[in-house]
Amino acid sequence: MSAPPHANNGATGHGDAADHGSLRSYLTGFLLSVFLTAIPFWLVMSGVLNNRIATAIAITVFAIVQITVHMVYFLHMNTRSEDGWSIMALMFTLILVVIALVGSLWIIYHLNGNMMPGGDMSQMP
Amino acid sequence: MEITTTSAGAAAAPIFCLTEEHEHAAGGSTLLGFWIYLMSDCLLFAALFATFGVLGGSYAGGPAPKQVFELPLVAVNTSMLLLSSITYGFAMLTTYQGRVVATQGWLVVTALFGLAFIGIELYEFAHLIHDGAGPQRSAFLSAFFTLVGTHGLHVTVGLIWMTTLMVQVGQRGLIPANVRRLACLSMFWHFLDVIWIGVFTFVYLGGMLR
Repeated sequence: MSAPPHANNGATGHGDAADHGSLRSYLTGFLLSVFLTAIPFWLVMSGVLNNRIATAIAITVFAIVQITVHMVYFLHMNTRSEDGWSIMALMFTLILVVIALVGSLWIIYHLNGNMMPGGDMSQMP
Repeated sequence: MEITTTSAGAAAAPIFCLTEEHEHAAGGSTLLGFWIYLMSDCLLFAALFATFGVLGGSYAGGPAPKQVFELPLVAVNTSMLLLSSITYGFAMLTTYQGRVVATQGWLVVTALFGLAFIGIELYEFAHLIHDGAGPQRSAFLSAFFTLVGTHGLHVTVGLIWMTTLMVQVGQRGLIPANVRRLACLSMFWHFLDVIWIGVFTFVYLGGMLR
């Protein structure tokens, strides 16, 4: 039996202590977050890309990257914590979130299209 | 499992379930349970984001995002929440080192950043309502106030919880139960920051691009 890498103060009661993070990991996460927050604000406020769609895609990518950074550096998410149950719950939730968001936007977008005054309903199958 | 019937009597009745729970350390599953609560909270926010996504363009002749949002204010607000996240991280580091006073100090700093966030948000809401852009003005504003307000309510509850824990740590010190509670609040606080990433990206920045 090797000694655990850091003292577990009995916080979890389990032998496998959760990853508590370190000063270095918190600071890394914070610096990454500052950049990942500042860049999308700068993109929108200055309008450097000069293209609405490109800017929207860029800020979405930055948001996804920043959420991942927060999950890893602040919430200490990994495949090992709680014997993998944490990440299982997260994956399941992400699937539900994607279904709810994409499904709602997709259906209502088409519903709006069909409700437009003057829309040509004869083209409907 | 093999079930055998013996004619020698019911000495060994078949066991179909454990009648007694085997030993668990106190609070051993609290963190996982709290994580699953956060995931259900995530679904709540997903519903509100979907609502905003659907109604975000329905202005009913009222103001559009470009006319009501002030990005510099949102940037300040975002930095408040981000700073409170890192200071809570420092609070957890000192917690695991068993330093009571340092932990309470970082909790106070975190709570002050959280209070600043709530203050700026309430100022923004009051400003909007004063300008006639209240939640009843249009579907866009209803969805906006519901989504951002629900997040703000979560932060407020987090602040109440933080105050409670400061008192508890002051009274009992960093006993295992308090460390566990601090770890749960840590997850809650960082989770709210994750939700805020979605809010400032899709509500504020995305609104400016509409």
